[in-house]
Amino acid sequence: MTEPWTKDRGLEVIRAHQHIEAATLPILHALQDAFGCVPEEAIPLIADALNISRAEVHGVISFYHEFRSKPPGRHVLKLCRAEACQAMGGDILATAAEAKLSVHFGETSPDGAVTLEPVYCLGLCACAPSALLDGKPLGRLDRERLERIIEGAAR
Amino acid sequence: MTRIYIPCDSGALAVGADEVAAAFESAARRRQIPLDIVRTGSRGLYWLEPMLEVETAKGRIAYGPVAIADVESLLDSGILSGGVHRLRLGVAEEIPFLKRQTRLTFARCGIVQPLSIEDYRAHGGTAGLRRALAMGPAGIVEEIVQSGLRGRGGAGFPTGIKWKTAREAEGAQKYIVCNADEGDSGTYADRMIMEGDPFLLIEGMVIAGIAVGATRGYIYLRSEYPHARRILVAAIAAAQRANLLGKSVAGSGFDFGIELCVGAGAYVCGEETSLLESLEGRRGMVRAKPPLPAHHGLFGMPTVVNNVISLASVPSIVERGATFYRDFGMGRSRGTMPIQLGGNVRHPGLFEAGFGLTLGEIVDDIGGGTASGRPVRAVQVGGPLGAYFPRALFDTPFDYEAFAAHDGMIGHGGVVVFDDTVDMARQAHFAMEFCALESCGKCTPCRIGAVRGAETIARIRKGERIAENLMLVEDLCNTMKYGSLCALGGAVPYPVMSAIRHFPEDFRRVAAE
Ligand SMILES: Cc1cc2nc3c(=O)[nH]c(=O)nc-3n(C[C@H](O)[C@H](O)[C@H](O)COP(=O)(O)O)c2cc1C
Ligand code: SF4
Ligand code: FES
Repeated sequence: MTEPWTKDRGLEVIRAHQHIEAATLPILHALQDAFGCVPEEAIPLIADALNISRAEVHGVISFYHEFRSKPPGRHVLKLCRAEACQAMGGDILATAAEAKLSVHFGETSPDGAVTLEPVYCLGLCACAPSALLDGKPLGRLDRERLERIIEGAAR
Repeated sequence: MTRIYIPCDSGALAVGADEVAAAFESAARRRQIPLDIVRTGSRGLYWLEPMLEVETAKGRIAYGPVAIADVESLLDSGILSGGVHRLRLGVAEEIPFLKRQTRLTFARCGIVQPLSIEDYRAHGGTAGLRRALAMGPAGIVEEIVQSGLRGRGGAGFPTGIKWKTAREAEGAQKYIVCNADEGDSGTYADRMIMEGDPFLLIEGMVIAGIAVGATRGYIYLRSEYPHARRILVAAIAAAQRANLLGKSVAGSGFDFGIELCVGAGAYVCGEETSLLESLEGRRGMVRAKPPLPAHHGLFGMPTVVNNVISLASVPSIVERGATFYRDFGMGRSRGTMPIQLGGNVRHPGLFEAGFGLTLGEIVDDIGGGTASGRPVRAVQVGGPLGAYFPRALFDTPFDYEAFAAHDGMIGHGGVVVFDDTVDMARQAHFAMEFCALESCGKCTPCRIGAVRGAETIARIRKGERIAENLMLVEDLCNTMKYGSLCALGGAVPYPVMSAIRHFPEDFRRVAAE
């Protein structure tokens, strides 16, 4: 579970990783692990800690698909949209997930339960179509199983 | 006490391996049967996962695919002594899909406990390192040159030459960087090794370090692999305790340490210079070459960047000799390649074999055709930048040059099968969209070309001025192919143009309807 952002906790997380050679990505990951996202408020603190400009920090964050600026829902469902999964009905699954959650990719369901994100290959291409739910791998998905999983997460 | 093996590879976990293991544990407790459940990597026969193996006097007897509902009936059938059951597959090594392979790099994967250094040693691990220490740095480099090993990450550059360049380069600090970004869709060989035999990768990196005089190693792992991450963290710590990493590796006086760095969901960061930028904490913008990373790499120092499988191939080459390895394969593609079958295929899985099998043998014989039972229509080889092959080209041998001759590439060895329901205009559209999404933005042909390309294919799919727009796409592809700084923009013409050339009817569908 993630915690709400506070400046003190943010600084604590940043300081714990500041010593690493090339600390930018480790700090961003640690912040997202703690708060579910890299909040706007963290940017000046990171810039200070690493002695780089805010614009640079912003540039790094925006380059990588993984980092969010807002906290996600209680669960994150990453559905594979790449070729091996496409070959096994991944597009139908994607449409079903959007419909079931009443969202587009990149959004959180209205009840705050599930954020749906696209991902391009999970290395589960031999068990396609596949997804990650809060880091747990799911394979050989079909519409029915995916809808059950979503219902389970919403509870 | 009977020992059963159940994989804990992500592919097996994705289809319920943990739940099956838990069901066995509780059923055994209820029946008061002493049972030793050992978790391994995967053998790579994914359509049979979760596949469990029972240790018997006749060898390991496999059963699969096992569902929770099968656990009671399996125990009733006396599987603990290899008993008969509808899911019984026989001795694992005798399953044709496994028996036909040449497992050098994947020799231990699915057999050993990934985090047990004792198991690793008992199954031949560290023999390569011992031989490497006896050969010395120059001897190792020569052995790798002679083996003919080419980079398994996609570009196929000779690994020995890369090492030689880095070895001869001057620098206060040298680095070995393992490219574990495995961004290519349809590929999972790196993941399987990291999850199933992580010490093999570590041993390969140590040997590389000794060979080029590098004392520090980094593994750049993609963030989409959380399970591999946990295993690597534990494996690096275990390797330190076992003195496989540290100030004096295996008492040799060589110093080598490894750090793990996790990416953040950018495909282009698998490109080696973008990866180095990312490791240094910046946006993953591709750097122009030269300078080569071997001269001017991580933090400006001489750096070897190698794919997981390239590095994992090293211990057995050093142990068994260059000639042994070079004798597998064909033409300029020497040794073995882990072919990864995925998508709509009856037998999806990892098949390690010497180069030279034809695409038809791989897809029809080994893969068994489609999972849907419909005809195979197209096969994408080499990831999202690889070409789509029609059946007419199924006699193409799996070999770097043979695929290049058909405007394709074998890349990292992914083979994704599609049945006759595929819309190839849609696949071409996706390739351009993916390139637009993942472009680092450094050069215009890719940054602008991919966006224009995707728009133009969208128009074709709507039936707008098809002939004219197809010519425009071809022009864009030529500009991208010859004008892009790296192979993201430079290779996306492969899937796009192969779709147009081999499946022209799909681009005229709307017009025909
Ligand atoms: C867009 C792009 C993505 C790439 N992704 C990967 C990757 O995920 N893994 C990899 O090993 N090589 C990847 N490469 C190839 C690397 O640039 C480089 O050739 C490779 O890491 C060298 O190691 P090798 O010689 O052992 O293959 C990619 C190249 C490009 C252009
Ligand atoms: S081809 Fe694309 S990804 Fe490669 S350097 Fe140019 S803009 Fe960046
Ligand atoms: S393409 Fe979906 S997991 Fe690889």
